[in-house]
Amino acid sequence: MIEFLQQLINGLAQGSIYALIALGYTMVFGVLRFINFAHGDVYMLGAFAGYYLAEKLPHLFGGEPGYTKTAAVLITAMTICAIIGIVIEKLCYRPLRSRPKLTVLITAIGVSLFLENAGQFVFGADPKSFPEIIIDRAIEIPESWGAVSGLTITLSQVIVVGVTIFLLFALRYIVLKTRMGMAMRALSFNPVAASLMGVNNDVVVSFTFGLGSALAGAAGILCSIQQPSIDPLMGVNAGLKAFVAAVLGGIGNIPGAALGGVLIGLIEALVAGYISPNYRDAIVFGVLILILIVKPTGLLGASEREKV
Amino acid sequence: MNPRPQLILLGVLIAGLVASHFLGGGAEPHIPALNSYYYDILIGIGINVILAAGLNLVNGYTGQFSLGHAGFMAVGAYASSWLSLTFGYALGSGNVATTTAFLIALLIGGGVAALVGLTVGIPSLRLRGDYLAIVTLGFNEIIKGVIQNCEPLGAQRGLGGMVQHTTVFWVVAFAALTVYTVVSLVDSTYGRGFLAVRDDEIAAEAMGINTTKYKVLAFVIGAFFAGIAGGLYAHFKQFVHPEGFNFLRSVDIVVMVILGGMGSTLGVCFAAVLLTILPELLRYVSKVEALPDWLQHIAENRMILYSLLLIVLMLTRPQGLFGGLTFGKKERRV
Repeated sequence: MIEFLQQLINGLAQGSIYALIALGYTMVFGVLRFINFAHGDVYMLGAFAGYYLAEKLPHLFGGEPGYTKTAAVLITAMTICAIIGIVIEKLCYRPLRSRPKLTVLITAIGVSLFLENAGQFVFGADPKSFPEIIIDRAIEIPESWGAVSGLTITLSQVIVVGVTIFLLFALRYIVLKTRMGMAMRALSFNPVAASLMGVNNDVVVSFTFGLGSALAGAAGILCSIQQPSIDPLMGVNAGLKAFVAAVLGGIGNIPGAALGGVLIGLIEALVAGYISPNYRDAIVFGVLILILIVKPTGLLGASEREKV
Repeated sequence: MNPRPQLILLGVLIAGLVASHFLGGGAEPHIPALNSYYYDILIGIGINVILAAGLNLVNGYTGQFSLGHAGFMAVGAYASSWLSLTFGYALGSGNVATTTAFLIALLIGGGVAALVGLTVGIPSLRLRGDYLAIVTLGFNEIIKGVIQNCEPLGAQRGLGGMVQHTTVFWVVAFAALTVYTVVSLVDSTYGRGFLAVRDDEIAAEAMGINTTKYKVLAFVIGAFFAGIAGGLYAHFKQFVHPEGFNFLRSVDIVVMVILGGMGSTLGVCFAAVLLTILPELLRYVSKVEALPDWLQHIAENRMILYSLLLIVLMLTRPQGLFGGLTFGKKERRV
């Protein structure tokens, strides 16, 4: 029982990271109807941004590890990723917006491969150890709580889950309560009608890319706090799993992406814990194939009729 | 079609036979100038032509986007190697017997790959574009994962010890056969079906075309030829390893198809030749001392150039470098 709970906690922490990345996939799909293959690599860039900020600019980001330093690194890395996301969209995807989808898809694969290989070229292919921006420790659970006290919960896990929940609520606020969020929803409903109503589609798409990339950057930092080893190819696997999460929840659906991320994290932890870590990746892809066969719209997605 | 493709096929086969006679096989070619390095590249070109022409049927003519071609190559390579290693001597020894055994292993390897293609294709080809790309990529990883955990296939260690049967003749023959099949197929009723699915799936369906059937057919044929290419590769290198059939190998083949121009068989063949030679040229460039350091490093990492090539090509010339080239009469382009 304790072991099962422990796996759930580990899965929840990992799943939060997938959820943050999956949100970027789902939001971009919502406004542009295409899958931004390069999104996983923006997550990798977030981790490396954090690495260079904390390692090379210690005087700017408060020398001692702690909450202030973590927050400063997190916010700066998110900003950097947002800018990268906007630039990628502007340079590579915007000129192709009226072209066939396949062209955009190939470009996205090209951008992804470029970021991975340029990353290996610039950062070096060997894994780097992420600097300690907060001192990780196990959180004591009082004996009086009974059996639950046998669990190991680390501070980093609490931070990961806490920051994720905060970001999810912030995102919910932006999408539902602000004018920009309203424009995003209008665009995903019908781009032509939205532009007729005075929505500047280009600005909204840029904003969406920025928002999604910032969340991916946050995921990169949070993941590095938990597992302080980063390399230029870390975005490939995480990106694919986050994509599976977005599809599982129903691509284009924001709460669905969060739910899917957590579910994928839990499935992965349980498979690794009870079956074999070797089958972790295969099972996640198996879930994707199953979902696409049984319910291609995902758990929360609504079906969309294609009009001719 | 003028000139007739059958005659071209025959001509290429004869040329292959002649070339094979002069070049010989294995590590000791008959012409001293052609050392084993160039021989290696020559075989690599043939194998890549088979892979790219097969994938072009799926990605180019049928308009689907498969990103897992290396997975089918792996299936063919492992299936034929396993057959060769297990039953290789069952037909006895001697030139004719071993060659027959090799061909049977190769064809069964292709058949198994086609069968896997069928099982992968039926569920995933109900999906479109982006999804299909990810699902085929996922299947590539799953196939690799299964091989890595399969003890009789050598698991993580790889599988080796096959006799080197692949010669220039067999590679040229199968490359010619692949191109011939693809060209004839596209020119037939089936080809009209493929093109209709690519141009407008809904309209094709409204015209009574069973789109799933055509998509699966293209996929299975592509997988079959990938399996053959895998078998040829395995019987040339005499060693196969799961990591040799990873996602990046699939990307290599996709880049050939896109660079050559999706839906142009001749262009894709050119691109396959070009992209097999390019890494070797880059290796040469990276050793030129006169160039600045960073240029040498970039030349070493060909994937940076490939990815940039993809992006720039899509932005400026989405029909590919050789998009307009055709065999004989005009083929239809994207």
